[in-house]
Amino acid sequence: MPTFVYMTRCDGCGHCVDICPSDIMHIDKTYRRAYNIEPNMCWECYSCVKACPQHAIDVRGYADFAPLGHSVRVHRDEQKGTIAWRIKFRNGTEKNFLSPITTKPWGQCIPKLADVPAPTKEQRDSQLLFSEPKYIRLDEGDIHTLKAAGLKLRKGVSY
Amino acid sequence: MLTSNPYAAISGSLPEGFMKWYIALMIVSVIVGTLWDVIHKGSAKYFFANLGKKAPREVSGGEVVAIAIKTGLIDVATSKEFCTQSRRFAHLLTMYGFILYLVTTILMVFSYPTAATPAPDLVLTLWWVGALMVCVGGYWFWFFIRVDVAAEGGSPFRLMKADLFVLSLIASNTLALIWALAGGGVGVIFWLYLLAHTVLFVGVPWSKFAHMFFKPAAAFEKRISEANGSNENLPFETRDDPEQQKRHSMELLQNAPMNMGLGIKREAPRHY
Repeated sequence: MPTFVYMTRCDGCGHCVDICPSDIMHIDKTYRRAYNIEPNMCWECYSCVKACPQHAIDVRGYADFAPLGHSVRVHRDEQKGTIAWRIKFRNGTEKNFLSPITTKPWGQCIPKLADVPAPTKEQRDSQLLFSEPKYIRLDEGDIHTLKAAGLKLRKGVSY
Repeated sequence: MLTSNPYAAISGSLPEGFMKWYIALMIVSVIVGTLWDVIHKGSAKYFFANLGKKAPREVSGGEVVAIAIKTGLIDVATSKEFCTQSRRFAHLLTMYGFILYLVTTILMVFSYPTAATPAPDLVLTLWWVGALMVCVGGYWFWFFIRVDVAAEGGSPFRLMKADLFVLSLIASNTLALIWALAGGGVGVIFWLYLLAHTVLFVGVPWSKFAHMFFKPAAAFEKRISEANGSNENLPFETRDDPEQQKRHSMELLQNAPMNMGLGIKREAPRHY
């Protein structure tokens, strides 16, 4: 289900070109608008559809399983931290979804790696990765086991 | 210099009414070119087909007028569609500059064609201001904002068909300024000036000149689809709707601020 661009909506801002993981969204050399240069290589990840500020990109379903009349459109509202989907089936059924894409304001919870002290020689030679063992809770008394937690594994299936 | 009418200086060297006929011819070629573009691309057919589509809600005549006014004031007059502020500003400079330049040129040619009918200082000044605005906005766009230059790192001097409109616009206004600075008259610069304008106005079917007619139509169509509830099949649920806040999926955002700030738009799209 490759993407395609409504040329009259596109303003050639380049957000889709920037975000495409397959690098197939390019700027057309005649109209200076975005277009999918290789629909066969589209992952259908919807990244460009969500990133487009003009809603100029849509996804065309293959005719064998998504014949005429269907529609799957999305609005990623970063300001409100939500993503909304509107699914129209060709029998007239319509479904609407609204989900969060972040729970905290953008850019506030990015680790400031520049402020973190550089690793010592021992840390470099160690097998532990950055922020370990803290983030895998190994600094709270070795590996967390059932025994350490005072639990027992029962035989059989229990609910 | 700023107070002399460059079109008055050519009145003795060219047949009477030459510039008037030239402007009339250019207006006709823009109309013909745009109509040809409309027929060739089928844009009008799809525009009216979209307007005629069945929608959940009927939009009244009064609403259509209000939407048309809103489109004119917001989408056209302030170029709202641009999400990048520098592009928007450059576009506004070029757009208003071109309008000023065009109107004052027509005034100077039709109302003040000879030295015996001196043009008012205001008209002359606005002609200069308009041409300068086109040059500032145009060169800014050409060297710094164009997506294949700013983002793809292409050379600003690499030309392609998409550049026909911008290049002919910049060239025509730059040559107009050079021609006026040289005192007007009929010489090589004058004929180059006419050539650049001819390319700009006759090249409508091959350039994006007609976007000034298509874009307002597309913006109007978008606003109509929002008003009639079809919304181009786009979702209409938003988090600020109290009904939507009751959704289970919105539980995690109950205490979150309504404005989460900018996401990917915190950085300009130039990472490719």
